Amino acid sequence: MSNFQYLSASALDEAAAKLKGAQDGALLAGGMTLLPSIKLGLSDPSDVVDLAGISDLAGISVKGGSVTIGAMTRHADVAGSSDVAKAIPALAALAGGIGDQQVRNRGTIGGSIANNDPAADYPAACLALGATITTDSRSISAEDFFTGLFETALGEGEIIKSVSFPTAEKTAYQKFTSPASRYALVGVFVAVGSDGVRVAVTGCGQGGVYRESGLEAALGGDFSAGALDGQTVSGDNLMSDIHAAADYRAHLIVEMAKRAVAACG
Amino acid sequence: MTTVSMTVNGEAVSADAQPDTLLSEFIRETLDLTGTHVGCDTSQCGACVVLVNGDSAKSCTMLAVQAEGADITTIEGLATNGELHPMQKAFHENHALQCGFCTPGMMISAIDLVTKNPDASEAEIRHGLEGNICRCTGYHNIVKAVSAAAAEMKG
Ligand SMILES: Cc1cc2nc3c(=O)[nH]c(=O)nc-3n(C[C@H](O)[C@H](O)[C@H](O)COP(=O)(O)OP(=O)(O)OC[C@H]3O[C@@H](n4cnc5c(N)ncnc54)[C@H](O)[C@@H]3O)c2cc1C
Ligand code: FES
Ligand code: FES
Repeated sequence: MSNFQYLSASALDEAAAKLKGAQDGALLAGGMTLLPSIKLGLSDPSDVVDLAGISDLAGISVKGGSVTIGAMTRHADVAGSSDVAKAIPALAALAGGIGDQQVRNRGTIGGSIANNDPAADYPAACLALGATITTDSRSISAEDFFTGLFETALGEGEIIKSVSFPTAEKTAYQKFTSPASRYALVGVFVAVGSDGVRVAVTGCGQGGVYRESGLEAALGGDFSAGALDGQTVSGDNLMSDIHAAADYRAHLIVEMAKRAVAACG
Repeated sequence: MTTVSMTVNGEAVSADAQPDTLLSEFIRETLDLTGTHVGCDTSQCGACVVLVNGDSAKSCTMLAVQAEGADITTIEGLATNGELHPMQKAFHENHALQCGFCTPGMMISAIDLVTKNPDASEAEIRHGLEGNICRCTGYHNIVKAVSAAAAEMKG
């Protein structure tokens, strides 16, 4: 497949040192994106540093208005957590809809947000809830973290430790799934929190995940699905591909937002 | 080259592997357990699914070295003393396979599913098997078989 060296680590600083020592190192979390990329020749690291041996990178804690999820926590564990389901129901539901059971059994939240696929689900939750991403050197707000297609604010060799999501009064995520890839053709996360209504959209933006300010404004005055009747979203900055044209995605964004608001109850 | 050790179908195995050897390659080529199929090799089809410490995983999307120390179950490990596993029996009785290519992965995923959710509804079974593609059956009899096996496994 490729000619890399495999390195394990049992502590964060050990992983960081091994990554730094490598000519062109890559971190390995669940491998659900990295290994297919290596197989396709899209990635060709000299060394692969496995984070699986670092036990304190996995786990979920709910404390005083926030849910903190360790970077190596698998999608299946978030989906199956009754604590997450109680604190932020839409977050557990979102995790349970990622890919398929086998992807959820290995894929991790840290790998998902580090990869920042424009059709990934977690970035929408991060942006809508105003999450904070903690790395081995600093804390980054979701607003600053996702910087473009497959691009993040992570520096060279920087490792995500955890993601903290503030709880919100109401949350819902609605995904229009591509039947072939199971990624979001359009995914809309709606949250009503301390700073009002936030609507984050994934699967659509030419620059990746973003907030739909027009829909936020409409819902700010009247938080009901009806408030979105007649609302439109411009297709100008949306992706067009063989799965869906930009104007179709624009239409689906409003529909998914309506369904999400209705699901908020 | 490194030595990888794991338990496969209850037996301790230890063999050489390259860092980039996939678990599917290790199982099929090193251990000669060819019941685990490789359909797509691009993480899509689920033919290669095995149990890794009780969780179903696509063995084409795992390195053999990532399974160091793990407890692996493949399709060959399901029957005991010549007696079919309830899932195998249910697939047989409900005509849940045609060509059989998807069947090993399908059954392993189904066992993961009903072990964790013994009362899975039809919708939950369909959701739990989304990672397994079958080009023959249309899934209907597979879902029936999984329900039947779940009832039998509950005892
Ligand atoms: C068939 C299939 C369907 C899928 N469907 C969906 C879907 O519907 N929705 C969705 O959101 N995703 C989907 N995915 C992607 C899946 O969620 C992956 O698990 C995720 O994108 C990557 O997580 P991982 O743990 O597997 O990371 P890996 O593949 O191990 O790593 C991905 C990248 O992140 C980096 N990285 C990993 N951990 C860290 C860390 N702690 N700090 C810094 N960098 C790190 C790695 O170096 C690598 O570059 C799918 C994948 C497959 C194979
Ligand atoms: S061969 Fe592994 S998913 Fe298809
Ligand atoms: S029985 Fe032929 S692919 Fe499923």
